[in-house]
Amino acid sequence: MDGRIASPGRRRIQPDAPAAIELRNIDKHFGSVHANRLVSLQIKQGTIHGIIGENGAGKSTLMSILYGFYRADAGEILINGSAVTIRSPAEAIALGIGMVHQHFMLVENFTVLENIVLGAEGGPILNRGLAEARTAVDTLKRDYGLDVPAGALISGLPVGLQQRVEILKALYRQAEILILDEPTGVLTPKEADHLFAVLRKLRDEGKTIILITHKLREVMAVTDSVSVMRKGELVKTLDTRSTTPAELAALMVGRSVNLSATKSHRKPGRCVLELREVSFTDAAGVERLKNVSFALHEGEILGVAGVAGNGQSELLEILSGMLRPTAGHIFLHGQSCLDLTARSLRRRGVAHVPEDRQHMGLVMSFEACENIILGYHDSSKYGAYGLLNRHAVIDDAKKKMHAYDVRPHLPLLRASLFSGGNQQKLVLAREIDQHPDVLIVGQPTRGVDIGAIEFIHQRLIELRDRGKAILLVSVELDEIRALSDRILTMCNGLVVGECTPAAAESAISLMMAGISPDKAA
Amino acid sequence: MNRRADLPWWADYLLIPLLNLAAAFVLSAILLIAIGEDPLAAARIIVEGAFGQAEGLGYTLFYATNFIFTGLAFALAFHAGLFNIGAEGQAYVAGLGVALVCLYLDFLPRPLIFILAAIAAGAFGAAWAFVPGYLQAKRGSHVVITTIMFNFIASALIVYLLVNRLSPPGSMQPETRTFSPRARLPFLHDVLAALGPSISQSPLNVSFFWALICCVLFYILIWHTKLGYELRTLGANPMAAVYGAMSPPRLVMIAMMLSGCLAGFMALNEIMGSQHRMILDYTSGYGFVGIAVALMGRAHPIGIILAAVLFGALYQGGAELAFESPNITRDMIVLLQGLVIMMAGGLEHLFRPNIERLFAMRRPSIAGAR
Repeated sequence: MDGRIASPGRRRIQPDAPAAIELRNIDKHFGSVHANRLVSLQIKQGTIHGIIGENGAGKSTLMSILYGFYRADAGEILINGSAVTIRSPAEAIALGIGMVHQHFMLVENFTVLENIVLGAEGGPILNRGLAEARTAVDTLKRDYGLDVPAGALISGLPVGLQQRVEILKALYRQAEILILDEPTGVLTPKEADHLFAVLRKLRDEGKTIILITHKLREVMAVTDSVSVMRKGELVKTLDTRSTTPAELAALMVGRSVNLSATKSHRKPGRCVLELREVSFTDAAGVERLKNVSFALHEGEILGVAGVAGNGQSELLEILSGMLRPTAGHIFLHGQSCLDLTARSLRRRGVAHVPEDRQHMGLVMSFEACENIILGYHDSSKYGAYGLLNRHAVIDDAKKKMHAYDVRPHLPLLRASLFSGGNQQKLVLAREIDQHPDVLIVGQPTRGVDIGAIEFIHQRLIELRDRGKAILLVSVELDEIRALSDRILTMCNGLVVGECTPAAAESAISLMMAGISPDKAA
Repeated sequence: MNRRADLPWWADYLLIPLLNLAAAFVLSAILLIAIGEDPLAAARIIVEGAFGQAEGLGYTLFYATNFIFTGLAFALAFHAGLFNIGAEGQAYVAGLGVALVCLYLDFLPRPLIFILAAIAAGAFGAAWAFVPGYLQAKRGSHVVITTIMFNFIASALIVYLLVNRLSPPGSMQPETRTFSPRARLPFLHDVLAALGPSISQSPLNVSFFWALICCVLFYILIWHTKLGYELRTLGANPMAAVYGAMSPPRLVMIAMMLSGCLAGFMALNEIMGSQHRMILDYTSGYGFVGIAVALMGRAHPIGIILAAVLFGALYQGGAELAFESPNITRDMIVLLQGLVIMMAGGLEHLFRPNIERLFAMRRPSIAGAR
């Protein structure tokens, strides 16, 4: 793939050797959440194996089980063909498993070398251990091209180098199996390319590498085989060479229940919300949105499809006034609304159903009635002179909970005691009942039972039929296609293309993988 | 606050505080037995000393007044998710404000002096809390660190002022002159004597009623105003506060100033109501004990009043105990009080996980149940 790093001496692996890692029917529950469902997987020695899936698909849980952070409820782990029990990371390390975490586990004010020997100092006299380590680390650095200044402090190193220290740490502990959890999340593209070169070299030396990621580009660039996880299940394991990004995207997003939302044909009206060249760079310097432009009209549902984490969350927060774009313009009813706070945006009829209702849309320790006024509490109907009229709040909550069939019908019950679907109905009742002109919705049916899904979809379509504009962000492709009048697809912060809901699923999958329709044609 | 989501109210508000208290008493009893004292006899002396006669009760409520103010101060910031450890310094600086009014404006009509002194107490306390609040809101410096530091700055500032500026000419005492009788809050025994019944003397003064009024105002603010709603939202879920179109920096500053204001009112009780002059270290730890009072009182005014009376009784009854039994020294009393503070404040979560597990076993599914 990359001529520079083609290794001359790729180690021979016996064809009949047992798999380096074999997982048999791994099952894990966290309370009511089924994080891993009977996952079985074989990974051959000397290969790079990708595990992809969306956030919450169960990838990290599976790897944490392999690394001894969690214990599976059921199932077996075999390393090089023999069954093992891994009760702690220490036991995993003893079995030759190393892990590079998404958030580095390094001591910032220690040197590189001190971090590498940390926990493996080899006796109470530190200097001797450090001297031995220095030689060993020098060899490792030379062998794998992992160049890091051994005496430098971690805090002074760029993240790319910090990651190399993590890899060296694992190799110093004689890891034969290396697990990397979302390794490129913090890296620049150039740093990522270097990482891949290192990984290939490690593989050629006979190490087995597991790469957890949700980026298709990486899977295609560096892995030999790939497993797709969705909702705790291992959906499929494929040979990387014989698959395509579009196929992987389709497998990741999956098909949910057959959604049959019926909606009348409508001609969209005037443009209410327009984005021009909106970009956003986060505090870490990563560009999350790149020149996003689109228009949202009265009486239409504009769907935004894409694999989670490709800029949709930032888009939602910018449109609701919680984040400020770093560049570009946004117009509401033809007027620039960049300087408006979240409060004044709400007053001008922009309502927001956030993606994460438990951490953003609701205060879980508050009563339902207190949640029903969140964001609208300063309205005079909930009390004058800065006072909060509890009777008015409870009456309002009763009405809304009745209209949206929130069960149990108890305005004084804490939000945390409602089911996911009823929590979502609380949020929707609050936002839709303010009669907004524009509704920004993120993942309206995530974690919601089927009955509630149908109810929520009907409410969204009703709102559209009343001539209101809805921006719908969802990772459920079927939901987007069932509800939207037009579909935008995002990948890597870019709007890759626009299509109608009638477009073929394969076309949308291609766009979700970042391949624009004109390029594909 | 979120962690106690799944306990019935009575377990949270009664069972756990009483368990903590019981544990403190058991530890104290062991300690007393170890030095050869009878814990039951000691307990009797404490209870009788604190509640036995009007004088003891007066002292108990006098101390409780301080604890109500500092307890409310901590609780208010706590509702907004802030740990204001600086009530000590805020009350100390507020003492300066009260003293300035009482020293230099004592020619005004008496009601006006009282009002101005209360305003000065609140404003000086609020101003002292504003700086840490501002630093947290705008610069991200944690209030736990800055309020502690501000306690020391307050201490140094007041020492300087009392030694170099405010002590009367010719005096070697680091304190102001005694206020004129017009600028003193009436003692309760004087008020009652004017109305008829006569009780024995104690420093209990009318600021006790102001403390009770503050409890009512606190309740209204936190649970029946929009500002209180915003403060609680910030404390329970800062992300929801941003989503709900609130301004966390503004709320942090408001919460800290209100908290400092409440802490400052303590100066009315001590400086204007009892000492009648500004003295060194008059706060003597009331600000810190307020943390335990607020935690034990579950940041609710009723709970804070009960906890404040309990700590007031420990202070007063403890003093009686030290006086009555030669074996139990003043330091021993501090140790006993420390045990209660430790169990009610520092180790507030000692029994909670077990209690929660117990309730989880009893009710396997609570979804939808009321």
